[in-house]
Amino acid sequence: MNDENLPESSTSGLPAETSDGFSARSAFATTKGMWSRGAGDTSGYGGITRSLQMPGSSEPPFDDEAADAIHGRALEVVPALRGARVLYDRGELTIFVDRAELPAVVKAFRDDAFLRFEICMSVSGVHYPQQTGAELHAVYHLISITHNRRVRLEVTCPDADPHIPSVVATYPMADWHERETWDLFGIQFDGHPALTRILMPDDWEGHPQRKDYPLGGVDVEYKGARVPAPDNRRTYS
Amino acid sequence: MSSTHAATEDIFASPGEATADRVYLAQGGDWSDIANEHAERGDETIVVNMGPQHPSTHGVLRLIMEMDGETVVSCRPGIGFLHTGIEKNMEYRTWTQGVTFCTRMDYVAPLFNEAVYCLGVEKLLGITDDIPERASVIRVLVMELNRIASHLVAMGTGGMEIGALTMMTIAFREREMILDFLEGISGLRMNHAFIRPGGVANDLPEGGIDHLRTIVAWLKKHLPEYAAFCNENPIFKLRMCDIGKLNLAQCMSMGVTGPRLRGTGFDWDLRKVQPYCGYETYDFETITWEGDDAYAAFRIRLDECWESLKIIEQCMERLEKTQGQPIMVADAKIAWPASLSLGPDGQGNSNEHIKHIMGESMEALIHHFKLVTEGFKVPVGQVYQAIESPKGELGVHLVSDGGTRPYRAHFRDPGFNHLQSMSMLTEGGMMSDVVVSLASLDPVLGGVDR
Repeated sequence: MNDENLPESSTSGLPAETSDGFSARSAFATTKGMWSRGAGDTSGYGGITRSLQMPGSSEPPFDDEAADAIHGRALEVVPALRGARVLYDRGELTIFVDRAELPAVVKAFRDDAFLRFEICMSVSGVHYPQQTGAELHAVYHLISITHNRRVRLEVTCPDADPHIPSVVATYPMADWHERETWDLFGIQFDGHPALTRILMPDDWEGHPQRKDYPLGGVDVEYKGARVPAPDNRRTYS
Repeated sequence: MSSTHAATEDIFASPGEATADRVYLAQGGDWSDIANEHAERGDETIVVNMGPQHPSTHGVLRLIMEMDGETVVSCRPGIGFLHTGIEKNMEYRTWTQGVTFCTRMDYVAPLFNEAVYCLGVEKLLGITDDIPERASVIRVLVMELNRIASHLVAMGTGGMEIGALTMMTIAFREREMILDFLEGISGLRMNHAFIRPGGVANDLPEGGIDHLRTIVAWLKKHLPEYAAFCNENPIFKLRMCDIGKLNLAQCMSMGVTGPRLRGTGFDWDLRKVQPYCGYETYDFETITWEGDDAYAAFRIRLDECWESLKIIEQCMERLEKTQGQPIMVADAKIAWPASLSLGPDGQGNSNEHIKHIMGESMEALIHHFKLVTEGFKVPVGQVYQAIESPKGELGVHLVSDGGTRPYRAHFRDPGFNHLQSMSMLTEGGMMSDVVVSLASLDPVLGGVDR
């Protein structure tokens, strides 16, 4: 896909700097010119500068009744969510929750008859090393079977203090998902009944899905040419 | 009593761990010796380590069970033996190459892994509505064929585990017919990498619809055998009914979806409630069964095969109508060269495409080169996409940093989630029912461990 086709949020009309400095630290990279990152550009468009960053925030009302309803009700039952960043992007609602508020938020999201998110389908970690002070994200995908709706909760914690309260008390099915996120990202879920490694061996060192953990691999010789290991190959991102 | 099974010391304890006072080894003797010695010692419980091997045919799983005689006191699954770092590897390949990795997760239902990933990438790209109709029909077709194949494995191995070996032999016979068709369309029996972001890799081969007809006829002839063998078979029912109970409240608390959730009589199928790939335009029923047990899951799987056949027949009609229509999105910046035929070197080639890029257009050559080596860029953002796999909700969480590779790809495999409920299914029950409970969840450890 051409750079010109990128949605607004990542090209022109960058979201204004929020009070928590989200925009500045959430950028993945700044690209120059028409070509890939780091490539010399002889196309004559070398002056174009773009910042690649996660979509910022949205203001209600969103273009979606269900998302409006979820967000409106969430603010009613959890006053602490007022002022929290929300994002409506690609038909999906994301609510950014402060980690201290998480247990109260998920309990309200499950117990409130209007929200009624019965199941936490997945807890997925993401490592954003460039987001100083919020490097590690835990992303919760909730589903309401009663109302047939989905919502995403995103919680961050700094690398230096990788603690997030566990949601197992509310969502028992999140048990293994949190163990996986601890195993692969090193996020410690406080209050989890038995936070042990699940995919990697018990005595493994490090958390493999983090961006600073190398993929590893060996060079391969094929028909006389040497093909480097995948993490040493040229990248065009 | 002489004990050929007793180790002189606890060989299973990790360094620094407290050792057990008695360790039994299951080799070189008779099981009754172990039982007798155990009874003589008067221990309250014994810890049985089942695996890690294929306790059945689901993959490498370890079950750590505390037994009081024949009764399971506690059961803890240990997983991770098939962890291959698929998610991490995908971060180092292009978006299109990612298909080749994720198809290997749940190897019994590879096309669902591909489909959910591609639907996620398409949502990120914002091209969900641009996928050509024929591509969606082919996707539905191969997914439903794969659903039958997966259910056949579930029923066949589930039968084998309780001694009904014929179930396994006939299930694999039918499955092989389906895999023949999938091989014809993609070149591979499993791990097809056939569904690609933007469409599918190839159109039906010549005579594909006729081949499909023979398969549908074959399945229609042979699927009733499973019902005849099992549905009212008293031995089968004794082994399956009221075993591995999981009611609706338990399903909700453990996040269980798929046949086990529908086995509580609850009507929940993502193909109906959150349709994708145009499932809302097909005529089929959601199968439910009230029983909360392993038998309910079996009956649902069997009936779902018939529903899938209904969908496949509708796909055939649509494929005949859409003959010659594109199978890849029109945007040349995303569409990989599709419709390859087998070249003399054994590699897939498209003569027309090669003629175009090598003989007619320099720009097309550059574009082809960039698309295949660099890949396409995907706008920044994250999405969650879920589909109804044969086992339950299969979800993918994709994050893009605006580059040509996934920044993060995480799969929510239904088996990973469902194995958590093994304790709930087995504790208080008999040891012989453990495999029945396990098979009713139908986990595939390749998907569980990823």
